[in-house]
Amino acid sequence: MLTAPLVQSSRSTLLHHPSFSLLGKSEKVYASVARRLDRAQHGYASQTIATVSRSILRPGTATPAALSLTTSRKYNTGSRLPPAYPGHIPLSTLENGILAVGSAVMAFLDPRRADMVAALGETTAGSTLVKLRDAMLESPEGRRILRDRPRIHSTTINMDRLRSLPNGTWGRAYVGWLDSCRVTPDSRDPVHYISDPELAYVMQRYRETHDFYHALFGLRVNALPELAVKAFEFTNLGFPMTAMALGAAVKLKPAQREKLLSQYIPWAVKCGSSSRNLLTVYWEKRWEQDLSELHKELGVWNPPA
Amino acid sequence: MQTASRALRASAGRTRSGFGAAATQLRANHTQPQPQAHTGTADASPRTTSFGFRTVPEDSKESLVKNVFDSVASNYDLMNDATSMGVHRIWKDTFVGDLRPGRRGPMRCIDVAGGTGDIALRILDHAREEYADRETSVEVVDINAQMLKEGFKRFKKTMYHNTPQVSFHEANAQSLPKEKFLDNTYDLYTIAFGIRNCTSIPDVLKEAHRVLKPGATFACLEFSKVNNPLLAAAYDQYSFSVIPLLGTILAGDRDSYQYLIESIRKFPSQPTFAQMIRDAGFSTGADEDGGAWTDLWGGIASIHTGVKV
Repeated sequence: MLTAPLVQSSRSTLLHHPSFSLLGKSEKVYASVARRLDRAQHGYASQTIATVSRSILRPGTATPAALSLTTSRKYNTGSRLPPAYPGHIPLSTLENGILAVGSAVMAFLDPRRADMVAALGETTAGSTLVKLRDAMLESPEGRRILRDRPRIHSTTINMDRLRSLPNGTWGRAYVGWLDSCRVTPDSRDPVHYISDPELAYVMQRYRETHDFYHALFGLRVNALPELAVKAFEFTNLGFPMTAMALGAAVKLKPAQREKLLSQYIPWAVKCGSSSRNLLTVYWEKRWEQDLSELHKELGVWNPPA
Repeated sequence: MQTASRALRASAGRTRSGFGAAATQLRANHTQPQPQAHTGTADASPRTTSFGFRTVPEDSKESLVKNVFDSVASNYDLMNDATSMGVHRIWKDTFVGDLRPGRRGPMRCIDVAGGTGDIALRILDHAREEYADRETSVEVVDINAQMLKEGFKRFKKTMYHNTPQVSFHEANAQSLPKEKFLDNTYDLYTIAFGIRNCTSIPDVLKEAHRVLKPGATFACLEFSKVNNPLLAAAYDQYSFSVIPLLGTILAGDRDSYQYLIESIRKFPSQPTFAQMIRDAGFSTGADEDGGAWTDLWGGIASIHTGVKV
């Protein structure tokens, strides 16, 4: 029922709407497609529709002004593509390569250059983002995330409400971790170098949920726990940058490196590969959930202390 | 660890909304005069100028440029070396070498937009080494205090620190304060890689004419038009692809370097600029390479000179 006619019409519409177009179709259309996908229970046909329709539909989002990406200034780069979303800097293959190499070197020399780590992630992401988006589309919760496109920012998360939650809940644990490490959710660079707007959102979501992975396992922001989280992200999500980040282990003290190799990496390998893909988790809807129950549901457990 | 990015950005002195000025339609090319230049009634529409490829109100260009240079000041010399692959040193050596400061006795020089002191240092070194001249003095003038601070720091490592040979002044090249910079005072006025950042080039040239002694030299080193099409294509590709990436990687600031390369494209061509110099009252050589200007590296940079009559 869902097969030929819908695919046909979607394909012809696709011809008239280049995939980089930001002409937003209404949220209703996306929601109706999502409902049909739910009912079709992940058959091959519905996945074809998903592939076709999601490239032309952009669900409306209510993005607070503070979160809208920087001005859609036209950048004169080697790539002739126009920007696909505000803040997009289209790069040619050569420029992408130069930035990948340069940001890798710079991030190694100065790991506090978060913008370089971000650029390395984006320039080397490649097909990882496609795989992750498809994984999100296969899970009902992930589809909801792609539809709502929630952003994580101090304006979208009510910190006081989280602080008032009972101990042992996920929300309380998150805000407790933020306070104890003295970080805010506001420090994430926007995505610049991913051409497809939806994949750019997946990348942005990964960057913003990175802190959630810290809080989920109670890992702090020092070099060693940071590498543990990166190792977990590699086995769970698959970004090449996270594996490259482990190259920074040469800068650790020998005792720390020993701990990383003997304890954190085995934990990451076992935990990350067996658990659910964490990008499909709608963290913001689970604040009241009990933390240990959340662990069990996701199939994760804390690293060795 | 990752929150340091905000702190780094804040300490670089720029916010993300630094380029918030409205961008209206661009002029078709740089040789067209400013739209409002010849109209008497300019009150209805704001006077605009170019800021890279954008068109911005004239009043805001100064602060936009200030933001750019506040942001690049601490890495300025490193970025110069990286983006020009060290060639800027050759250009500056040629620039000062051709001027031969100190050849006819001690000179009072003024180096405008000279923030980090590259030219001033070369002038003093040339006078000292070639002519054993320790009386030549250079006044380094820049509108941006951060750049002057970097220059002061560099001069502290040299023998000219705390001597009357060098002094630093914060001033606008378009309107040098008349009490401090008197008419007919200087023997040499230099401006290197600064004039394209000024809002009104004719005003800068007028002030240069004012403060120079009759018979003194005006010299300007600036990026210019490359006439060879092959070289121009390679240069454009390099400029627009590599330089902003170098800015992103080394300085964490793409926008400033995007502005810098766009402002190069907006600068007048060699004959046009030579005419502007003549309009300000200077006498120049013929309108050809080797006359009113000397192209360096095919026109990537160019030295324009004029003599005050």
